[in-house]
Amino acid sequence: MSGESGRSPRGLQQWLGLLLLVGVLLAVPFVAALGGQAWVRIANFAILYVFLALGLNIVVGYAGLLDLGYVAFYAVGAYCYALLASPHFGIHLPFWVILPFGAALACLFGILLGAPTLKLRGDYLAIVTLGFGEIIRIFMNNLNAPINITNGAQGITLIDPIRIGDFSFAKTSTLFGISLSGPQKYYFLLVALAALVIVINIRLQNSRIGRAWQAIREDEVAAKACGINTRNIKLLAFAMGASFGGIAGGVFAAMQGFVSPESFSLMESITILAMVVLGGMGHIPGVILGAVLLTGLPEALRYGIEPLQKAVFGRMIIDPESLRMLVFGLALVLVMRFRPAGLWPSSLRRRELSEVTD
Amino acid sequence: MDTLLQQLINGLTLGAVYALVALGYTMVYGIIGLINFAHGEVVMIGTMVAFTVIVSLAGSGMPPLLILSVGLLIAVVACMVLGWGLERVAYRPLRHAPRLTPLITAIGMSIVLQNVAMIIWGRNYITFPPMIDKRIYEVGGASFTNVQVAIVVLAALVMIGLTYLVQRTRMGMAMRATAQNQHVALLMGVDIDRVIAMAFIIGSALGALAGCMVGSYYEIAHYQMGFMLGLKAFTAAVLGGIGNMAGAMAGGLLLGIIEALGAGYIGDLTGNFLGSHYQDIFAFMVLIIVLMFRPSGLFGERTGDRA
Repeated sequence: MSGESGRSPRGLQQWLGLLLLVGVLLAVPFVAALGGQAWVRIANFAILYVFLALGLNIVVGYAGLLDLGYVAFYAVGAYCYALLASPHFGIHLPFWVILPFGAALACLFGILLGAPTLKLRGDYLAIVTLGFGEIIRIFMNNLNAPINITNGAQGITLIDPIRIGDFSFAKTSTLFGISLSGPQKYYFLLVALAALVIVINIRLQNSRIGRAWQAIREDEVAAKACGINTRNIKLLAFAMGASFGGIAGGVFAAMQGFVSPESFSLMESITILAMVVLGGMGHIPGVILGAVLLTGLPEALRYGIEPLQKAVFGRMIIDPESLRMLVFGLALVLVMRFRPAGLWPSSLRRRELSEVTD
Repeated sequence: MDTLLQQLINGLTLGAVYALVALGYTMVYGIIGLINFAHGEVVMIGTMVAFTVIVSLAGSGMPPLLILSVGLLIAVVACMVLGWGLERVAYRPLRHAPRLTPLITAIGMSIVLQNVAMIIWGRNYITFPPMIDKRIYEVGGASFTNVQVAIVVLAALVMIGLTYLVQRTRMGMAMRATAQNQHVALLMGVDIDRVIAMAFIIGSALGALAGCMVGSYYEIAHYQMGFMLGLKAFTAAVLGGIGNMAGAMAGGLLLGIIEALGAGYIGDLTGNFLGSHYQDIFAFMVLIIVLMFRPSGLFGERTGDRA
């Protein structure tokens, strides 16, 4: 991504591609708004999931640590924002204080969980992280008595939107002659955040740390023998992934204006993991594709299945919600069956895999 | 001390069920190293099938015990077929795929089964018809029912039978060989495909049995019941050292008892700060603490080099 490469024809092509991408990204919220603000919100969630999936990609894709409780960090970030910017405690801090604080807190949780458990291998780590995620969720669900901290299953409402001075992200306002709705503003914020994460991901991938992660992923003993401090490096991956989860949680809370433990179930962790694996673990474009597809697919099914059933059978035969999940599950199974390395694996990984299967 | 005894009895009942489900996880994991996330759903389907059979036979005038047995038998057979089908359709084609691929497939299958069950049996709780007269026995201030006795005895018998199968029969030997080293087992003439299918079939049968036990213990069933049950059972399997069958049995019992004791005493311990709705936390807390000190579970022999 260096500037000099712009001179060569290949570099020019890359810049044109980037320009096209920027154009499309700019157009999305306005095109989606034609179908109603609901579509803009779906686009927002797609980007939020891109953000989350890329955060998890650091842990699972780069360092090869199977984390099934990623949503716990997302929850920590979300509740952190909710508690510090809502009438629940009467505290209203600005977002630029809370988001870094939420990220730091999630990072701390990541280290707290990671420090004692990262010596575990593979599936043991998976179940421990899963358990941790459940513990966090159960606490969120029950910490309403005797002292009401999280307001239990009802969740916290009326969370402040992100606001810069008088410029609130919740209301429609006009900027440079263009009318922007609340979701559209969040869209641009999310795109900016996602771009930041993507840049960090790319920079990490080829850095000294990134190569250390890959070494650990491929063979931990060998990595250790090469002088990598595996414990610290793994902890770093864990903490970094957790911080991204924390930021995403904060944005989620601000965007929704409401958080409840229901949003942080194990299913959510699994969905994010599925995005990473389905798209192509460790490959940034693949992970983005996975996140966009898995957010878009259920929504598309929501709008597609109901009319389809009515058209074919004349009435609703099967509950659309369960049919939607059914198709989602089948899609996971089928993609894994026919593209075991994901939809868009990195070329390096593909080469490794084809060698193994020989 | 009556709380202690009472919670021990309840914990033993619950633990027996966890142990049976945990065996299904551990057998599959021991042989192909896959966390079969859909196993909890197999347990749920077993419960639902038994429920359907029992309800449809309830008015037929057959003796209640016969109806129960028929329901149980059909559920076990249905789950064996389901387990075999899962392995054949979903997991076998992925045997040489990257490690996380079958895991995602298992998760996908779990979602599919759960929603199929929801379409068939609806989203409401289903109450199990009481087939046997519940008798309550009292010992030393604690009480237990004949259902609980039946669960514990049946589970013990099944575990003894399974131990015999694994330790004494040719099939069991093939299974142990495959678990140790698939390639060498293959060279020794073991039909790997058959062994793996067998692990799924036996595990599913145990799961169906456990499902029926939970159903008759709580007298309630739900399409999402397999999820938490499966999670706890998997925790139990890891607690005992995953891949180790004796470990799964011990882990299941231990987890059941810890959970029951925890739920019974948490109020006293924390001065009523935390109530019994924190019950689910114990399983995971204990798991994390145990793994911190024994990274391959309580009875795990492997040093955990298997990533």
